[in-house]
Amino acid sequence: MATQTFQRTWRRRSTRRELALWFGWLLLVALFVFCWQVMTENTIWMFVTDAPRQAADIGSRMFPPRWEYIPALLEPLWDTLNIATLGTLLALFMAVPVAFLAARNTTPSVRFVRPVALLIIVASRSINSLIWALLLVAVIGPGVLAGIVAIAFRSIGFVAKLLYEAIEEIDESQVEAISATGASKAQVMDYAVAPQILPAFAGITVFRWDINIRESTVLGLVGAGGLGLRLQESLNVLAWPQVTVIFILILITVLVSEWVSAKVRHAII
Amino acid sequence: MTAKAHPRTWSRPPLIQRTWLRWSLYGGALIYLALATASVEVNWLRVWEGLDRGLRFVQGFLVPDFTSRWGDILQGMEESLTMTVTATVVGVLISVPIGIGAARNIAPLPIYAVCRAIVALSRSFQEIIVAILFVAMFGFGPFAGFLTLSFATIGFLAKLLAEDIEDIDESQVEAIRATGAGWWQVVAYGIQPQVMPRLIGLSLYRLDINFRESAVIGIVGAGGIGATLNTAMDRYEYDSAAAILILIILIVMAAEYLSGFVRKWVQ
Amino acid sequence: MLRLNDLSKVYATGDRALTDVSLTVEPGQVVGLIGPSGAGKSTLIRCINRLVEPTSGQVFLGDMEITGLGRGALRQARRRIGMIFQEYALVERLTVMENVLSGRLGYVGFWRSFFRKFPPEAVENAFRLLDRVGLSDHVNKRADALSGGQRQRVGIARALEQDPDLLLIDEPTASLDPKTSRQIMRLIVEICDERGLPAIINIHDVALAQQFVQRVIGLQAGRIVFDGRPDALTPDVLTQIYGEEDWSATIRKADEDGDEAEDELGNEGDHHGAASVDRERLAGLT
Repeated sequence: MATQTFQRTWRRRSTRRELALWFGWLLLVALFVFCWQVMTENTIWMFVTDAPRQAADIGSRMFPPRWEYIPALLEPLWDTLNIATLGTLLALFMAVPVAFLAARNTTPSVRFVRPVALLIIVASRSINSLIWALLLVAVIGPGVLAGIVAIAFRSIGFVAKLLYEAIEEIDESQVEAISATGASKAQVMDYAVAPQILPAFAGITVFRWDINIRESTVLGLVGAGGLGLRLQESLNVLAWPQVTVIFILILITVLVSEWVSAKVRHAII
Repeated sequence: MTAKAHPRTWSRPPLIQRTWLRWSLYGGALIYLALATASVEVNWLRVWEGLDRGLRFVQGFLVPDFTSRWGDILQGMEESLTMTVTATVVGVLISVPIGIGAARNIAPLPIYAVCRAIVALSRSFQEIIVAILFVAMFGFGPFAGFLTLSFATIGFLAKLLAEDIEDIDESQVEAIRATGAGWWQVVAYGIQPQVMPRLIGLSLYRLDINFRESAVIGIVGAGGIGATLNTAMDRYEYDSAAAILILIILIVMAAEYLSGFVRKWVQ
Repeated sequence: MLRLNDLSKVYATGDRALTDVSLTVEPGQVVGLIGPSGAGKSTLIRCINRLVEPTSGQVFLGDMEITGLGRGALRQARRRIGMIFQEYALVERLTVMENVLSGRLGYVGFWRSFFRKFPPEAVENAFRLLDRVGLSDHVNKRADALSGGQRQRVGIARALEQDPDLLLIDEPTASLDPKTSRQIMRLIVEICDERGLPAIINIHDVALAQQFVQRVIGLQAGRIVFDGRPDALTPDVLTQIYGEEDWSATIRKADEDGDEAEDELGNEGDHHGAASVDRERLAGLT
């Protein structure tokens, strides 16, 4: 008797769940078809069908790469590295206080200060570094400085978010023990909180630096200095052999930075 | 009890034990910083003049102008959102087989190599560079953007999916294999249930990333809200630009909230 | 001398952790505080140095009323109260020496402590204490490289580095094996004896308490139900504190661990207690 009741309930739930699942998938398909239609409304299909020919054309123009162009790229490459590194450093200075204000266990006020810190984080994270660069080039003029500040603004949210999550996960008993010795708030930060989050902090920094190297290679497209500047120039005059060289250089830079960051992170952990 | 003499000073052992290495690292870092900062050319006069524009920008954020470019904004948002959805769906559909192929524990070596190569190719090129190429091939507009985002999604998702599959509990797979199941059945019964929740979570995360990226690739002509933003900036309409940025932030927040909700529901 | 006057604590959740606790600890006296999980042992100890803020009542250390102090004065008072923790609560990524020196934080300014430039007397004292607890060879090791017993020795040295007038000791042996537990308890009792230090030790192991302390206080649901010499702990008294159980083995055999009794008794209360303590700790930081 009891077994029968149990089986009946189980079946009904299963069917309902199944139905809901199928309905969900159906909804997804409908959404996809709708979006596809809206998106392709203005697409000129002639261009799309023509793409393979275009691709072949561009491909043939890209080779052979113009290797003599490399010396002209060394200075922008140096700029690119600086944008990423100095931008990351600048971001750290701003992200650390924001993280402490955003973490539940260190914020001065959960109700007033924390939401502001979280808003800074989400605003910084939502806006891509290229858009930050677009704004900053308009405000402080084209050049490396705009790139550095753009990278910094984008990185604040990223670093602060991961850091405040690390702060919220610290072992509170160590904080309690240091407070019990009569230490001041600043001393508690230094002796109980900082040692616990330092490894996470170092890891986040290197991780973000790696991402920033990638992003800083293209910031020049909007005038914020670095390799992207040469890319923009070459694209404007349709100098495809030069574009190839730049692509290869970007690829090498990205691979090297990824390797470096993996090494450093490995050494920390 | 004899009174033993104890040291009266103590200093923390340094992080890097070897003295020469420590000092050359510090020195190197310092020299690099000096050179790097020195090579940053700043036109302070231009920055000073720009502060006025910066102020107008801040004003734009306080009093954003949604109305005067509303038609353009709507069009841009429509393109961004639709290409985000389509690119995520197509990207996920393509990355599932590639992800399976890139998992060493279930794919034969030749397929593994090909799939890993595709992942590496997709991951090493920035969205914006891919967008430049696609715009050159397919013409301006959201279709090039859709292709860019799909391509980027493959590298992201296939890599994480492959790593997930490589991390799964082998005993469950073995149990299925022991029943005499074929390769497809092993994937369906031994692997799919284990990685499905995370695949959904990652897809939602990628949806969020794709939207943010869709706001950027418009700068090089691949359609979407980025194009509208670029135009607003070119025309010095900072209040309209601020309105667009606020909308982007709001949509990203909403997407994050929603994906958190769905992820909870899936698990 | 420590004096508690009608001390009560009600957590924000409404849980009554302590009700009208009054007691006096004479100089040099080591008091064992026993009771089931959730009886309020931890809360009582933390109310004394106000890691948990008591709801009502007074705490006097000598002539000073701790409960009436402002922030700055409370810090000064905490310097006089050493505390030793259940899970050692060492800062794991700092060296043993830094952990011991952190006992001196209340006496030095921020920048001195930031650059680890403690006064020579403090450093000398830290070396002496590490020698006393038998850790002279581990001065520069990181705390997480030590064994449980060694960590608790560092915890003891940290508390003593404060040069305290009172020791608060919260389940010092809960994470240690029986042999190490006895070594640590012996060390604590010896040190208190050497220095004439009064101490309150929270302890769930009744046999261990009987072996080492001069006075036992039994806490049940936030009230004192027993206060007397360890040999006065009869089965009747234990039943009153912990509830019905066969106590004959516990009282006779010294190496019996109290763990079993612990598990069966009022665990639910403890969960509430722990959650509230956490919230209090967080509040203390902000």
